[in-house]
Amino acid sequence: MTNKSGSAVEMINLQRIFGDVKALDGLNLTIKPGQLVALLGPSGCGKTTALRLLAGLDLADGGQITVDGRDITNVPANKRDMGMVFQAYSLFPNLTAVENVAFGLKVRGISEEIRIKKAKELLDLVGLSREANRYSHQLSGGQQQRVALARALAIEPKVLLLDEPLSALDAKVRTQLRDEIRRIQLEVGTTTLFVTHDQEEAMAMADLVGVMSNGKLEQIAAPDDIYANPATAFVASFVGAMNRIPAKLSSGKVEFLGQSVKYGGGSSATTVVALVRPESISVTPTKVNDSKSGTVIARSFLGPQTRLTVKTHEHGTHLHVDMASSDALELTAGTNVSLTITASTVLTDADGKN
Amino acid sequence: MNKNNSSTVTAKPGLGLNAWMIAGLLFFTVPMFSAFIFSVQVGDGTYTLGAYRRMISDPGFGEALWISARLAILTVAIAIGIMVPTVTWLHIRAQRAKRIVEFITLLPLIIPPVVIALGFLGSMPLWLKDSVYMLVFAYVVLSMPYTFRSIDTGLSAIDVKTLVDAARGLGASWRQVMVSIIGPNIQSAIFGAIFLTVALVLGEFVISNLLLWSTLPVWMALVGMSDAEGAVALSVMSLVFVWLLLMLLSSLNRRRKVRVNVGGLS
Repeated sequence: MTNKSGSAVEMINLQRIFGDVKALDGLNLTIKPGQLVALLGPSGCGKTTALRLLAGLDLADGGQITVDGRDITNVPANKRDMGMVFQAYSLFPNLTAVENVAFGLKVRGISEEIRIKKAKELLDLVGLSREANRYSHQLSGGQQQRVALARALAIEPKVLLLDEPLSALDAKVRTQLRDEIRRIQLEVGTTTLFVTHDQEEAMAMADLVGVMSNGKLEQIAAPDDIYANPATAFVASFVGAMNRIPAKLSSGKVEFLGQSVKYGGGSSATTVVALVRPESISVTPTKVNDSKSGTVIARSFLGPQTRLTVKTHEHGTHLHVDMASSDALELTAGTNVSLTITASTVLTDADGKN
Repeated sequence: MNKNNSSTVTAKPGLGLNAWMIAGLLFFTVPMFSAFIFSVQVGDGTYTLGAYRRMISDPGFGEALWISARLAILTVAIAIGIMVPTVTWLHIRAQRAKRIVEFITLLPLIIPPVVIALGFLGSMPLWLKDSVYMLVFAYVVLSMPYTFRSIDTGLSAIDVKTLVDAARGLGASWRQVMVSIIGPNIQSAIFGAIFLTVALVLGEFVISNLLLWSTLPVWMALVGMSDAEGAVALSVMSLVFVWLLLMLLSSLNRRRKVRVNVGGLS
């Protein structure tokens, strides 16, 4: 069952065009053996297309895909040895859970005794040995996706492909299954490509997160790196919460809220928008009304943290500020506060974009 | 509103519905019953099954029945064999072309049978014109409106694209996808299509008559010219036969479903 080695995947300059739309516009992606890479992006960014090309369910208009150095760009789906879990429930309704898991082995001509034994082992791995003889309509959504995962792993795939497998589930099951998929993936060591629009999911599960936009990979890095050092304004805005504050750029400094911070990349126009995370702003009560102050207009308690909404005096911009709940007790709505940027560098985006 | 009022309100539609059902039942049963009486009644008011015996023992009956049965089996095999993969393909790869194909499948209902028959006669190769099996091609075309709709409905009830992608991804060939996944999941629809096709072949008259083949309906019409009771007896028999066939197909279908459900609960 275990496949500790995993396969190396390489996508080189992949192109896929639907009519006038370039779903993939020169995608380059390398996945090392055993890695779990999450492709993250808004809908229509090409992440699912990339996964379907790797699965062979769609064919590229240009570029190359290799697995362990072997070119599989034009190999049909049924000859690729990819295990896939879909967003929609995909169990075969005419087969029981154990028959579903054994299906891939059956089409490979493996004897019934061996394939049922193996299917039962995999159902055990996903914690569903007692549901082996149930049909899909007798299983909950979470159980169906677990069976689908077991079915994908049964063929000992070179690559495991997960196409938003959690998005149809409710929040609690989603978190549970997310951790379980990661545990199983680490246990079997299969190289995995995971596609999602949910950044929390991507951050929590992946070794590397690739952020996609308009058919291209904007940045690929470890989750903490993506969050702390976004390479582009798009990545900065897409991953995590981000304040957009009107700013001016002069001699390598971004000037806003009466302060100047080192320019960290992005738009280089004179008038720009500074991108600042809610936790990179600190507030202290003040009586002064100047360009670095504002008024608290709302406060949301989020458990250990509290998020303040502050309206700046300079431009009337609404900012989010995250702080420890214990420090936020006195900062009720109407409090006048002074705003300090704690980030050492800031990214900028072109003015006028939202 | 008090209790009495509400009870009258609920009772009325029930009564109306029953009346409709009885009327509907009579509409279908009275002609059948009359036909049956006509076929068993002799001039002096006594009843006999003579007409039935006469028809069954006629060598022409067995021959015509055998021709129609062969045609029905072949037509079903070809129609289902073509239509299931085609409609599946339309569902997964060519959703937009589905409407066009749907319209094309309706053409046999629009074009007069005489035109279809002459068209067939003109377009068939010579060696096929000599064979009764040329009718199979005509019947496959005539069955399209029914087979397409039935299978289309069956496929619409399942997520074909995802199931096909899943099966392909697991290594299944297209044949395995059709036989192991699509077929079993649209079984009711396929049974429906089979039944409609058999009923069509066993009832089709115009084309086989024009092309001079003595299928069951043609033979029945021929007998009817000289033996009215015999022809009606044949109609009653074919009605009972088709009805039995329907019961058989639907019970096969139900039995398979029950097996699936019982298996699931164990």
